Amino acid sequence: MPAKTLFEKIWNAHLVHQEASKPDLLYVDLHLVHEVTSPQAFEGLRVTSRKVRRPDLTVATVDHNVPTWARNLPITDEVSLKQIQAMDKNAKDFGLIYYNMQSPGQGIVHIIGPEQGYTQPGMLIVCGDSHTSTHGAVGSLAYGIGTSEVEHVLATQCLWQAKPKTMEVRVDGKLPFGVTAKDIILGIIGKIGVDGATGQVIEYTGEAIRSLTMEGRFTVCNMSIEGGARAGMIAPDETTFAYLRGRPHAPQGRDFDLAVEHWKSLPTEPGAKFDRLVELPAVTLEPFVTWGTNPGMVAAVSGKVPTVNSFQSEADRAAARRALEYMGLEEGIPIQEVGIDRVFIGSCTNARITDLRAAAEVVKGRRVNAKVYAMVVPGSTAVKKQAEAEGLDQVFKDAGFDWREAGCSMCLGMNPDFLKPGERCASTSNRNFEGRQGKGGRTHLVSPQMAAAAAIAGRFVDIREWSKNQGG
Amino acid sequence: MEPFKRHSGTVAPLNRVNVDTDQIIPKQFLKRIEKTGFGPFLFFDWRFQDDGKTPNPKFELNAPGYKGASILVAGRNFGSGSSREHAPWALLDYGFKVLIASSFADIFLNNCFQNGILPVTLPEEQVQQIMTRAQTRPGYMLSVDLEHNLIEDDHGFRATFQIDEFRRYCLLNGFDDIGLTLQHADKITAYEKKRKPF
Ligand code: SF4
Repeated sequence: MPAKTLFEKIWNAHLVHQEASKPDLLYVDLHLVHEVTSPQAFEGLRVTSRKVRRPDLTVATVDHNVPTWARNLPITDEVSLKQIQAMDKNAKDFGLIYYNMQSPGQGIVHIIGPEQGYTQPGMLIVCGDSHTSTHGAVGSLAYGIGTSEVEHVLATQCLWQAKPKTMEVRVDGKLPFGVTAKDIILGIIGKIGVDGATGQVIEYTGEAIRSLTMEGRFTVCNMSIEGGARAGMIAPDETTFAYLRGRPHAPQGRDFDLAVEHWKSLPTEPGAKFDRLVELPAVTLEPFVTWGTNPGMVAAVSGKVPTVNSFQSEADRAAARRALEYMGLEEGIPIQEVGIDRVFIGSCTNARITDLRAAAEVVKGRRVNAKVYAMVVPGSTAVKKQAEAEGLDQVFKDAGFDWREAGCSMCLGMNPDFLKPGERCASTSNRNFEGRQGKGGRTHLVSPQMAAAAAIAGRFVDIREWSKNQGG
Repeated sequence: MEPFKRHSGTVAPLNRVNVDTDQIIPKQFLKRIEKTGFGPFLFFDWRFQDDGKTPNPKFELNAPGYKGASILVAGRNFGSGSSREHAPWALLDYGFKVLIASSFADIFLNNCFQNGILPVTLPEEQVQQIMTRAQTRPGYMLSVDLEHNLIEDDHGFRATFQIDEFRRYCLLNGFDDIGLTLQHADKITAYEKKRKPF
């Protein structure tokens, strides 16, 4: 038998029906649901008198719309309130596993899936949300779907899918000092471009990937979609097993050991073929800052905002010109001269406990710059509790950060947190599109450490220099 | 989805080309959480005056003779623009079951089939014949027979139409994608039986 990739093994294990010249019918192990992309799907079920086939495999939460100030205050936005109430009702009517706004397990869907142990190696996982790629970090195949497909999965637990191409992204060598998982993925997207992996499934390999914590692996896989990929995955190993052991909805006791035996058979075999290989040696990576209006517009923090003429094609030059204008930046200026007004530490990319620890380490004993408004939004209620138990909330509050409840918050500004026109934000989220964090808002994507340092300095600073100078 | 075999109803004329989905359902109504209830907002900016309440007497569909119409005849390239499924949802909720035009936008066409609306494509000349009859005789009715790909009135108009065989099969049987998948229900159940717990 020819050697197989992780992806092929998972794909083959989920085939329900195959027919020439038609897509494959695949079985879904875990369907994650949130309040924004699901209401019409449930309505569709009602209209057709259908049930959810496997409510036991369907896990729902509210994250996009929830206000992140105190949970006992009423929601003032009527549309948000309606979507949240609809999720409450749909979860109840269809008998789903549900983490409502008051639940201790509530949080951003891509954070609570792994946190609660639902997300496991070898699974096929879908959600009506493009950042579903996050879950691939445990060695699952996970991707986002549309509302019609959400309804389809609810009704049938299956999905028609054409087999995508595969791509290996190998990051060999040790990560240099000050370089994080966020910088790895920003470096990759900067190299391949925002459509560099369109429709493909990426497997991340190499020493730098293997040495990441689970949290770091989630960060990398989360942003696969920003390179156009349908999914990103990392082979399960001891780091994965240690992370999952004891999680409430992971297999327990002897079942867990049996599961590990199975999970160990999943990784890509030597000699297995990918359709494409991209190599990015770890030594070439630095802390990165995006300067433009898509996640591929990346510069090293030690570098400069690029000049328009440094781009090869007229289309790229035009895009750069537009981006610079929207971002209110002059070409060629050093990144570290760019001042900021806001800092957002949060989102499904970088709001896990290790992210908050790393940021707290930087701000400890310091003050947020007087002209900056900074906030921390934990990715889940459990992360928030953990951080509070460790005293991280006090570190942030003492420094002048706002400490919030869990949710998507200013990642997309569907709740009351958003940028005002012209405001410039250092953000740990995943998208810097025009208007994403608020109409006219200017987003720079960075790691949690870099965001924390920027909050203190009031401008972007090189975290490597910072640590030396500040003795932190 | 309800099977679609035959349908008779009043024809409303919308003699405009390139009617786009922004006109069919303007963006301020996309925030609803249902698939139903979009009918009152169909063609909103055309249908109502600036106050958003008073019906615009100049808009074709507001004429008394077209009340309760369930067949819409329109100019070419109907449904262009965004992919919003809210457009067919609004048409269906308003009461339209059949659309007739000389061409439809690609995604819109697909969305119609997904929602049990029959889009009938006819040569421009025949569309204009229907248009004229509907305009000059309010209350004008057509019968559409999907089993025989036939469309006719009681006054001698008769035309056959072409439709993708697979789509026709789905409509006749009331299969949406979910319905089709459920034809493999035994395979899904068999898969579930041998499925590992992890
Ligand atoms: S945190 Fe942002 S990217 Fe992640 S699920 Fe929420 S809105 Fe989407």
